[in-house]
Order: sequence, then structure tokens, then C-alpha cells
Amino acid sequence: MTSTELLFDLTPTEEQQMTREVVQRFAREEMAAAARAADEAGDLPEGFLLKTVDLGLNFMPLPEALGGVGAGRSPVSNVLNIEDLARGDMSMAIAALAPLSVINCIMDFGTPAQQEKISQTLATADFTPAALALMEPGIGFDARQLKTRAVVQGDGSYILSGAKSMVVFGPEAEILVVFADTGEEGTQGFILEADTAGVSFEKEDYMGLRPLPLYAMALQDVSVPASARLHENFDLDRMMSLGKIATTALAVGTSQATLDYVVPYVNERVAFGEPISNRQAVAFMVADMATEIEGMRLMAYRAAAQAEREMDFSRSAFLAHRNAIKYGMKIGTDGVQLLGGHGFTREHPVEMWYRNLRALATLDGMLLV
Amino acid sequence: MINLELPKKIEDTRALLHQFSLNGLRPLSRKYDLLEQKEMPEELYDLVKLLKGGRSQSEKSAEPAADGGNINGSNLSMVVSSAELCWGDVGLFLALPSIGLGNAAVSAVATEEQKAEWGDLFASMAITEPGAGSDSAAIKTTAKLDGDEYVLNGTKIFVTDGYRSKQVVVWASLDLKLGKAAIKSFLVPKGTPGMTVTRVEHKLGIRSSDTAQIVLEDCRVPKANLLGNPEIAKTAEARKKAFGGVMQTFDNTRPMVAAQAVGLARAALDMTLELLEEEGIELDYSKSYHQMSAVESDLYDLEAEYETARLLVLKAAWMADNKQPNSKNASMSKAKAGRMGNQVALKCVEICGQLGYSKAHLLEKFARDSKIIDIYEGTQQIQQLIVARQVLGKSSSELK
Repeated sequence: MTSTELLFDLTPTEEQQMTREVVQRFAREEMAAAARAADEAGDLPEGFLLKTVDLGLNFMPLPEALGGVGAGRSPVSNVLNIEDLARGDMSMAIAALAPLSVINCIMDFGTPAQQEKISQTLATADFTPAALALMEPGIGFDARQLKTRAVVQGDGSYILSGAKSMVVFGPEAEILVVFADTGEEGTQGFILEADTAGVSFEKEDYMGLRPLPLYAMALQDVSVPASARLHENFDLDRMMSLGKIATTALAVGTSQATLDYVVPYVNERVAFGEPISNRQAVAFMVADMATEIEGMRLMAYRAAAQAEREMDFSRSAFLAHRNAIKYGMKIGTDGVQLLGGHGFTREHPVEMWYRNLRALATLDGMLLV
Repeated sequence: MINLELPKKIEDTRALLHQFSLNGLRPLSRKYDLLEQKEMPEELYDLVKLLKGGRSQSEKSAEPAADGGNINGSNLSMVVSSAELCWGDVGLFLALPSIGLGNAAVSAVATEEQKAEWGDLFASMAITEPGAGSDSAAIKTTAKLDGDEYVLNGTKIFVTDGYRSKQVVVWASLDLKLGKAAIKSFLVPKGTPGMTVTRVEHKLGIRSSDTAQIVLEDCRVPKANLLGNPEIAKTAEARKKAFGGVMQTFDNTRPMVAAQAVGLARAALDMTLELLEEEGIELDYSKSYHQMSAVESDLYDLEAEYETARLLVLKAAWMADNKQPNSKNASMSKAKAGRMGNQVALKCVEICGQLGYSKAHLLEKFARDSKIIDIYEGTQQIQQLIVARQVLGKSSSELK
């Protein structure tokens, strides 16, 4: 454990506090209110993505020279944003933040030319779909042992072949960062456009995250130039850890939404002549939900703050994630339980959160803080 | 700015106490667990001197550090210190005179003359009675004013350090008819006629700490030994508030007790990891969940539970330092840490098999010691009640 001159502090900076207020209002008005209809439709609300541009999140980490705000890479700010957006809706939060995750990835691991390219494409007044393509179909996914191959050619270019899954935006994406096994150099990332020859997509359907456009991606002898490969400083473990923190923040936001909904319900629902929350069996479940959410949140903050200060954060991120996938699902299932049969119907959002929270253990490297 | 690492000053103290725990407390752990004696472990006297010496040297560092309104003060440093000493041994930690649970209550209100008269403080806290545990408002011990003295009558149980302490802070009612508001605390020096230690408990764990039953029979103490305000609030509203003030002191002490579980769990995990290392098992925090054995998977879960509880404790203490209302967070930290400490210690015994169960190692002792932290200073269930009332916005009459 590194000792430090900084004090223990849980107060966000003024800028973070101001952003939070804007993001939280957006989450309430544009996301939470539209979440159920989007889930039923299996599609994002019309015009939603464009509205997220006004939040200006993509501009934050980019230096001024590249047209950004120059606020610097801040995993802590990212955690707060993910938490607040996921409190509105987890699917919409992921869609809104997928391009920012590409920016974070390229700012950490991209070449100067790649950084310039993504800033021109993603830091604009339009919403430009972009995503990381890391996951692969099958049980037992391991980012260190990808099945997608990248074979280097004589001229330094690569031929990619294999299959990816849960690729956000799929064919709509202007930029995809595809990860593949290079053999000797292990897992590496390659930037390519969705319409590159040899790439094809098929829409996927999942138990939850229904409004999120997720695609299976097939790569058949896809040729990419040497310049498409991420910088040689690429660090898979760091990227995975940044992803684990992002997943934890999704768990915090969605779990908080569940608690926010359950509290008034159990206070109003009457059985045997009094609110069911007057009974300890119900009240203790609520107390434990609140306690575990607070714990998940602190775990996410700590790992992010360590990452921000360039400390080793792999253990903190790992444990935060481990905790979040366990308690996120527990809160999802308890949310339904507390509403009884009503929780099982689609009249209430708890069954939707139950389905969405089940995704936590599956999402690897979809969002990065 | 959000940062959950400890500042250097607190981290330095922690490192110092770790050495103290390792070299001072640990070698005595088994001996006094087996002896279960009523007398204070003699070696502790020397250790306490050592500890005091170290403390006065770093007295300056006890000054709260502040940074633009943010304070890392005594609450934060005390939870860290408590955890570190409990990494050494929870029972011996409780036997340290400077830990006397009544000390804070006394030093907060005692006058200079009283402090001089009462001498070195090692005050135990006598609240629980045979008929009143978590329900501390239901105590039956009485205090009647007779001239310049209060006359105390009643029976107290589960008094930590009740046998060895030099003073006892006794909770008693000035008038049983007036309920909570009439409950006051009284300092009773040992040797005061009418106060007798009648029994010392034999326990599952923390055996090196004494837990006593104390009987008060027409025990007389000077009027001035009532700690705090002797008035009984007149209105029902004011009475409620007065007892609320008493209970609020728990908002500060709950994270301290929760910290004991944090220290104990770390001790159990450290020992387990050490034993497993000999078997060639080491934790790798970049492993895919699909690639790990069941034992490894358990260990990651325990580490996650540990870190979560630890951060909840740090937050509750930090809020107290910064004068933020922390009743909910204090109870969250105690509920989670108490549960976690017990769960971790028991699981570590299981993972280490016979080595865990054997008295040749301390894991079985940690598992026994851990249970009480889930109970005293408010059971896990009492903490859940407090958290639930706050989250649901319920009164204690609605949510019983």
C-alpha cells in the first residue's frame, strides 16, 4: 500500500460536482423516463444518442490541441458519469459511453496519428458510433487467449480472422477497435472501420440490455495496415482493469436505481394492515441493499482514484468487479423479490434491472474508465 | 478530490502499530487464550509503556490534517489504529488499559479536579443487564440522590474489562418511570463500597479480555460523579432528544468496533495466504474467473468482502471527522464488517483444513474471536434496523 501526502477524501471536485448535476438530470429526464419503452422496442429512443453529445463527455479527456477540453484522463470522472447514467438506464448508458471508451483506449494506448484521427471523428457536434470489440462467443472468454487471430504479413500489415460478440453499434460504427491474438506479441488492438472488406455483422439478442445495439462480428481475412495497430505501449491488463472499474460503476448506478424504486414501493404497499416495510424481513433486505451499494461504490472510487494517480490498481479493480458482479445480481434479484408477483410483471422496471444486472459478469472491456 | 488512500501520517502510524502487533501482541496470543485469567497479562504493562512512548513521540502527528476543509482526524486514525492492533490480537487489544471503553465518556466531561482524583483512566462501560441488551433504554439499575451522594442499585453483565479496569462507568436511571431520558452515567472507582465483581465469564473467544458481572448494592458515589447533565428533560420531545444524544456517541464508536473486524479478517487472510503459499497457491489479480480453482475463487471473494468492509469503515470515520451526520454509515460499517470478519475467519479455517482447525495455528482462535464483533456494540441485526429506518424514513415505533 502506497502512502501518500494526499488526504483520504470522498468529495468530488467542483467540476465533477457540476457535471454530476447535469448528467443526473439528463439521466432522470431523458433516460429513466424512456427506459421501459426502449426495452420493449429493443431499440434506443429516437434522437437519444445525439442528445448525449450536449453532455460534452467525449471532449473531456482530449487535449486542447486535439479540440478537447484538456481536463485530462480521469477514471474517477468516468466512474461518476457511468454511475449517474446507469442510474437512468444501463443500456442507454453503455451506448452513450461506448465512443468515450474508444477515446480513453486510444488516449492510453494509441499512436499520435490514431489520437488525432479519433479526435477528428469522435469529438464533434454529431454522435459518431464507435466501440471496442474485445469479447468473443463461447463460455470461458479470456482476453489473454483470444481466438481471433492477427497474422503479420511481410509488409507489416495484418490479416485478421475470427469472431467477436457483443460489439456495440456493429455495422453502424465508424471506428471499431478489434482485439486479436498476434501469437508472439499476445493480444493487440487494431483500429478499423465497420465497412472494411471481410467484415460482416449479425444482430444479437440478449436477455437484457435490449435497447443496446449489439452485434456478432465475423472477420474473414480482413487486411489492416500496420498503422492500424495500437501503440507498442498497449497494456492488456491495464485495459481489462479499466474495464472492470467501468462494469462496477454500471452495477452501482443500476443497483441504485433499483433501491430508489423499491423504497417508496415497500413503504406504500400494505399487507396485514400496515406497510410491508414495517417488517424486518423486508426492511433488512433493503438495509443490506443500501449497504452493499455503498460498498460497491467505494470500491469503484478507490480503484479509479488509484488508476488516476498511476498507482497499481489491478487488485482494487479486480476486487471491485468481483464484488459488483456478486452484489449487483443479488440486488437485481432482491429488487424483484421485494415487489413480489408485481415485480415479475413488466408493469414495473425491477424485472428489467434484474435482466440488465445479469449482464455484469459477461461484459468485458465494453466500457473503459 | 476523491482519494481513498490513507495519508502518510496515518500510514506511518499504522506501520508502527503493525510491528507492535507482530512482535508484542502475537507472541502472547495463544498463551492468554489458554490461560483465560482474570488478571491483566503482565507483559501488557511493559507493552503499554512502549506504545505510550511511541504515541507521545508521534503526538504531533495526531494533529488533524486538513486540506481545504477536508479533515483526516482522530476518527480516521483511530479506526486504522484499532484495526492494526486487532490484526495482532482482539482480546489483548481490549485488555489494553488505554482502550477502556469508558475512557472517552469520562474525559469528555470530567473536571480537572476529578481527573486528578480519579487518577489514570482505565474505565470500563457497564450498560448491559440480564434483562436489557440491545434495548439499553430498558435498564433497571437505579440511582437515587441522597444528600450529596447518589446511591446505585442493580446488576450489570458483559462488562468488558469489568474486572481489571480501575473505574466503571455505570448506566443507571434516576427515575424508572421517566424512561430513556432519566438514564445517566456514573463513574464508580473500583473499591467503592457496594460495588462487587461477582463473576467473570468464560467465553468462546477473546478469552484474554475479561468480561465481568458487577453488582451494585447501595453503592454510594459523590453527586459530581454523574457524567454530564444531571437534569431530566421536562417534555417528551426533549427526553427523546436527550437519549438520542446518548445514542449518538455510538455513531463514533461503531466504526471503531467495526475496525476490529477489519483487522481480524486481515490477520486471518494473511495467515491463510501464507499457508497456501507453501502449497504453491498464490493470488493473481489478473486471472480470468474461468481459469481459477475453487479455493482461489473463495479467496478472491473473501478479499473483496474484506476491502468493501474496510472502505465502509473508513468512510464512516471520515464522515465523523468532517462533522457529517454518519449514523447510517456507522451502522452500515458495523453490520458489514461484523458479518465479514466472522465469515472470513470461519472460511479461512475451512480452507486451511486441519491446519485451520488446529490449535497449532491461530486461525481457529481468529474464528472464535470474530463472532463477538458481530454482536457487541450493537448486533448485526440492530445495525440493519438502524440502516433500514434511515433508508426507509421510519421511526423506531414503525419499524421495530
